[in-house]
Amino acid sequence: MATISSSAYFSDAKNCLLVLLLITGLVTKGYAADLSGYTTVEYQRFVHRALYPQQPRENFSGAAQLSFVQKWDNGQQVFAFVPFVRLDQHDKQRTHGDIRELTWLRAENNWELRLGIRKVYWGVTESQHLVDIINQTDLVESPDGEEKLGQPLANLALIGDWGTVDIFVIPYFRERTFPGTKGRIRTPLPVDNNQALYTSDDKQRHIDYALRWSHYIGDLDIGLAFFDGTNRDPGFISNGTTLIPVYDQIQQWGLDLQATKGSWLWKLEAIRRSGSTPGSAYNATTSGFEYSFYGVLGNSDLGLVMEHLYDSRGIYAPTPFQDDLMLGMRWAMNDEQNTEALVGVIADLASKGGVYSLEASRRLGENWKVNLEARFYQPKKASDPLIIYGSEDYAQLEISYYF
Amino acid sequence: MRKWVLPLSVLLSFNVMAETPAEKGLTIAIKADKADTGWQDMQSEMTMILRNRRGDETTRQIHNRQLEVMGDGDKALSIFDSPNDVKGTAFLSHTHSKEADDQWLYLPALKRVKRIASNNKSGPFMGSEFAYEDITSQEVDKYTYKWLRDEKLDGQETHVLERYPTYKHSGYTKQVVWVDKEKLQALKIDFYDRKGKLLKTLTAHGYQQYNSKYWRPEKMEMVNHVTSKSTTLNWSNYKFNNGFSDRDFDKNTLKRSR
Repeated sequence: MATISSSAYFSDAKNCLLVLLLITGLVTKGYAADLSGYTTVEYQRFVHRALYPQQPRENFSGAAQLSFVQKWDNGQQVFAFVPFVRLDQHDKQRTHGDIRELTWLRAENNWELRLGIRKVYWGVTESQHLVDIINQTDLVESPDGEEKLGQPLANLALIGDWGTVDIFVIPYFRERTFPGTKGRIRTPLPVDNNQALYTSDDKQRHIDYALRWSHYIGDLDIGLAFFDGTNRDPGFISNGTTLIPVYDQIQQWGLDLQATKGSWLWKLEAIRRSGSTPGSAYNATTSGFEYSFYGVLGNSDLGLVMEHLYDSRGIYAPTPFQDDLMLGMRWAMNDEQNTEALVGVIADLASKGGVYSLEASRRLGENWKVNLEARFYQPKKASDPLIIYGSEDYAQLEISYYF
Repeated sequence: MRKWVLPLSVLLSFNVMAETPAEKGLTIAIKADKADTGWQDMQSEMTMILRNRRGDETTRQIHNRQLEVMGDGDKALSIFDSPNDVKGTAFLSHTHSKEADDQWLYLPALKRVKRIASNNKSGPFMGSEFAYEDITSQEVDKYTYKWLRDEKLDGQETHVLERYPTYKHSGYTKQVVWVDKEKLQALKIDFYDRKGKLLKTLTAHGYQQYNSKYWRPEKMEMVNHVTSKSTTLNWSNYKFNNGFSDRDFDKNTLKRSR
């Protein structure tokens, strides 16, 4: 094999099962103080029959995550190990494991050093996360792209009155995970990671760099970042039977801003990304607000979210969100079971096509949690990148046990 | 110069020689505030027991760190240890006596730090009968006062004060506070809702003295008279003089606070 696939971490279901058993073993032995985690079972049901014969109408899946954290030196040094595994009934690509974190941290008064595999989050908006670039998306976990793969890196944070400057050196690249032939919510031609192409001769060994300054002044939180390295978003070429991801080299400037004014949160994320191809530079923004009503119908909080998603490439953008409006409503009951719901739509301003979503969750007893999720894809034009998901509407029920 | 703004009623009362109830109320509040000044920093552990109408209980664990800020509100970091699904969630607040507080929430699953609106203080804290405004730093400026009477409460000599939140998003129109004359700490507070109706009663028990000066309760009990729900806070492992600085209450620390 020419390239080392990231899914080689845990290549098959048997290994995953082994890790799962190991986790269960450790948990039942009761290392309660430093050990926590969850196991979860998920049932997915698709509204429409699958487009391709191998794909199922319904699917079961299970996952587990363990979190081992050891602190010493008065909390100034921390070691964390967070393995994750998923077993999927049908999709071999979704059956996978990942080390979400394997990291050591040392904190001093004006610096913090982190070495190892971890997750870094940048940004403020809800509908998409433009500036967030350090970690690769674990797309098989969720079609919304919110789940991330652990990223090996070194990170030095310098801390002063002027804010925080984070310096990142990223020595290894993680390829995006994609659903296999039996997975749903996928491209018509399945993606073959084993044939992934890189514009850099160093391929996955290319060393990426990132720099970020972040600060807050009064009610303003600000972040300014620069990234130079392998694009986390692949392009694709087709060989007729599969899609081959192509990872090019990019430079990206990112700005994130939030002004917190009473019940209003005003938000902006903006990026400028340029690649090796001349004329390929583009800008993208997410801008909008969140407004909250408190004490609605008793003790509930009701949040309204509105964001505009823009991409300067217009109809040539590979994303469906080039001139779209996101409208969302967040409902938090503030009860002892932490009942929450989020409904939203991201709609194309020209075609009126969009994605509708519903997420709701509630704790059951002390340790259980139930999650309901549904997504409806409503492309209105053949040119809409969402068109390939037109028959992938689904609802999903998840029951998790936390320990 | 005094740091606090005197209420108009107090200024007007300078014309008369006798101390008005408003003046006396403010004097007691200032005295109580002074008695609890200089503790610098503190950490503690808290077990929260939520009880519904039927008496079913759910428990959560939180540990807290606080930094005293002279001339402004205190800084606080609360980390949730249970329920397990929110373990590691942390809440950072920089309270202010004049402007709105600064508040950030850390969501460990996403590794995301979120600046949150701070004007929801009347909302319940973690689904309990305590509102955010009941547990955040109690600055003199946050209320105006009126002394009602002195009386014995469970054998303790107390000043009974009414106080009125100056904060416009408060969930209360008034609170009646029984202040222990000796310890200068609240033993009981009646909370009246926006319609002026008795909503909740807080009682504090088992005050212990730390560093021969600062009194802290072992237990707080909040009873909601409308819903018949109640919440008990059990405090333990109070530790003073930990050498905390502003750095222990910044966004970087919030991110690694689990």
